[in-house]
Amino acid sequence: MAAARASTSEAHGAPVIPVNLDFSQNHFELMGLPVSFALDRAALEDAYRRLQGQLHPDRFAQSGDQERRLAVQGAAWVNEAYATLKDDTRRARYLLTLKGVEFNDERDTASDPAFLMEQMELREALEEAPEAADPLGRLDALSGDIAARRSALSAQFAEALDADRVDEAKTLVLKMRFYDKLRDEARRTAERLEDELL
Amino acid sequence: MALLQISEPGMSTNPHEHRLAVGIDLGTTNSLVASVRSGMAETLPDAEGRHLLPSVVHYSADGVTVGHEAKRRAALDPLNTIASVKRLMGRGVEDLKTLNGHIPYEFVAGEGGVPRIRTAGGDVTPVQVSAEILKVLRERAEASLGGELSGAVITVPAYFDDAQRQATKDAATLAGLNVFRLLNEPTAAAIAYGLDKGQEGVIAVYDLGGGTFDISILRLSKGVFQVLATGGDSALGGDDFDRAIAEWIMQEAGMAGESDHQRMRKLMMDACAAKEALSDSDETELSIQVAGDQVWNGCITCEQMNCLIEPLINKTLAACRRALRDAGVERDEVIDVVMVGGSTRVPHVRQRVAEFFGREPRVDIDPDRVVAVGAALQADVLAGNKPDEEMLLLDVIPLSLGIETMGGLVEHIIPRNTTIPVARAQEFTTFKDGQTAMALHVVQGERDVVDYNRSLARFTLRGIPPMVAGAARIRVTFQVDADGLLNVSAREELSGAHASIEVKPSYGLTDSEIETMLRDSMSHAREDMEARRLREQQVEADRVIEALDAALAADGEALLEAAERQAIDAARERLVAARADGDAETIKRAIQGVEKAGEAFVARRMNQSIRKAMAGHRVEEFE
Ligand SMILES: Nc1ncnc2c1ncn2[C@@H]1O[C@H](COP(=O)(O)OP(=O)(O)OP(=O)(O)O)[C@@H](O)[C@H]1O
Ligand SMILES: [Mg+2]
Repeated sequence: MAAARASTSEAHGAPVIPVNLDFSQNHFELMGLPVSFALDRAALEDAYRRLQGQLHPDRFAQSGDQERRLAVQGAAWVNEAYATLKDDTRRARYLLTLKGVEFNDERDTASDPAFLMEQMELREALEEAPEAADPLGRLDALSGDIAARRSALSAQFAEALDADRVDEAKTLVLKMRFYDKLRDEARRTAERLEDELL
Repeated sequence: MALLQISEPGMSTNPHEHRLAVGIDLGTTNSLVASVRSGMAETLPDAEGRHLLPSVVHYSADGVTVGHEAKRRAALDPLNTIASVKRLMGRGVEDLKTLNGHIPYEFVAGEGGVPRIRTAGGDVTPVQVSAEILKVLRERAEASLGGELSGAVITVPAYFDDAQRQATKDAATLAGLNVFRLLNEPTAAAIAYGLDKGQEGVIAVYDLGGGTFDISILRLSKGVFQVLATGGDSALGGDDFDRAIAEWIMQEAGMAGESDHQRMRKLMMDACAAKEALSDSDETELSIQVAGDQVWNGCITCEQMNCLIEPLINKTLAACRRALRDAGVERDEVIDVVMVGGSTRVPHVRQRVAEFFGREPRVDIDPDRVVAVGAALQADVLAGNKPDEEMLLLDVIPLSLGIETMGGLVEHIIPRNTTIPVARAQEFTTFKDGQTAMALHVVQGERDVVDYNRSLARFTLRGIPPMVAGAARIRVTFQVDADGLLNVSAREELSGAHASIEVKPSYGLTDSEIETMLRDSMSHAREDMEARRLREQQVEADRVIEALDAALAADGEALLEAAERQAIDAARERLVAARADGDAETIKRAIQGVEKAGEAFVARRMNQSIRKAMAGHRVEEFE
């Protein structure tokens, strides 16, 4: 019998898993997807809608408080699974936590000097972008560059994971995070520029 | 216990009677109420056949008037006539100072920083003023639908923050409405549009009303309305167009800056009339009372107005750009741009939006009513009148939520445009040796520095065992429900010390304040309230029993052990007895008893239904 005990799948810090539900399945299982980095996006979208169709609190508007609370928790959990799987870096990181790899946001960092050098250069380029002749165009170009480099890492990650080279895979995830931060920075800079143009 | 009824087509319980439910568009300028009748969603007119209710409330010693009559008094009695109160919702006294000069009322600081407006009818809060408007709409709906409402969906600008949402919900409660859901205005418009056109793909909803601007990017697919991103400005709308025009007139007419309230109010109304006239013609005459009986005659052209409002339109387009970027959508992927709100009637607005998206926006849907109609459709579903309805809304939070950290910085815990409901946690630690308490400050907004964000709540976690700095592990959990309302809790992991807060900004009203007001209000005499409560609890009890029986019949055998079954049966007996001769409170407790006894059962059924949903999925794939 499926017991409704506290979940044990809460291995990876951030997302909160509802305590009342026996969601011992991992995010992939929940979505009915194979545990792999390669992702069938259409299948993910489909599963996501199907699950929310069952669990969303709007389905329980006429129910008691308890069910409504449970539905909120369940729907939040499905949202978390969806957001985690949809994003390359988060999915990669999650796959590693499933393999027991631990991440420590305070301590973990990439240490490859060539990579760090490249990061510094990109960061400088971002900082100088507002001075360019066409700052928003320059930012678009930089963002494209950052995205391309990140997806190159994704390919390497998939390979490393397949070959079970876990340490290498973890290093790659940490590097992907650097690019995500650059991407966010590029976004913020663009927003700032747009605001100033008004 | 509708949860116990999910996804079992053959198992449906008695078809219940049609519940009366409405959608309410509580606008800055105009408000509307709509409902689904014989399958059609339509806005409900008043006795004189008017659908729009001006969001204006007049207070005098004799009482309160709302709507057209109040609007007529605005120019004569400006200090006692409250218009555009939506702009004040969820705002503290401090915020109001920044709006100063824009608001012609006299404010008094109330208890706990709640601003009150001084009127001849007494000091009133924005929540109370909004409640007056909602009350009129509720009464209109009850008269025209012929019965008491089971609930309402109230729309709010997508860009409303937590404080503004909470205040809106308080106003609805105060007006005697059961709020099924707060719904974002552009999402409501998308529902009305989507169900009407049957479109699939990415659409943009551009909603420029009297006081607020929203842009939402949605993906429509098989009845699912998924909001990808939203953005806007909760203090930008047609009111600001009026102000820009009024300032221009003052300059042209050589009027002094500090005119009296009455003349200013009149000037704003003239500016508004000129703006609306310019939607249909290239220029319009102006005849403005400057001072005393002195009149200035002039003329304003479309071109002149376009210049005046250009910076405001640019602001809206910047928000569009940001929303598209957040949604990860290119402009040419947008298959339709839906225009909502009275201010999208301005030709220059339409033109600029068309240029921006590279396509003609859709203006064939009544921009005044579409929000209320969408809300009514959603209310009908939430009332349970459409058990087989596939429609599902997946909405987002408009602004990031976070915690203040050392040095007045913000650590974002849930970024903007995250799909709700959502729960996220983050660990924090102490920074001093032996620290036994931690103050938590919850904020909403995008800026890294606390001062530029909206402060939502402060609370303190106590009872942390003394440790060296950095050793304590304090897990702060943010939970946002489907209304977009936030709950925060904090827990020290080693000791289990716990504190939580339902984020209620101090500028709203406390629950007990609302209850007191409800009791005091004329339309809810005390006996009325008791009788109403009893009836509500009886209905609730019937529903719980019915759902429980159905669930037990379906899964009682499979999912329950004998002892558990016994406990549930006993709780059910107690509820049946309480239903027969108990008061509201007793019934309520008995319902809680059933819920408690059935807790594990409910959870198991939910798990089972998820498995079924996914199992069905795999079967289909093989077909
Ligand atoms: N023909 C018109 N031309 C220009 N502006 C118009 C026209 N008709 C209405 N408006 C403006 O539309 C605004 C009211 O729009 P609407 O009723 O959609 O706003 P609202 O729903 O009350 O406000 P909000 O959605 O911002 O809370 C007013 O500023 C009004 O002057
Ligand atoms: Mg509106």
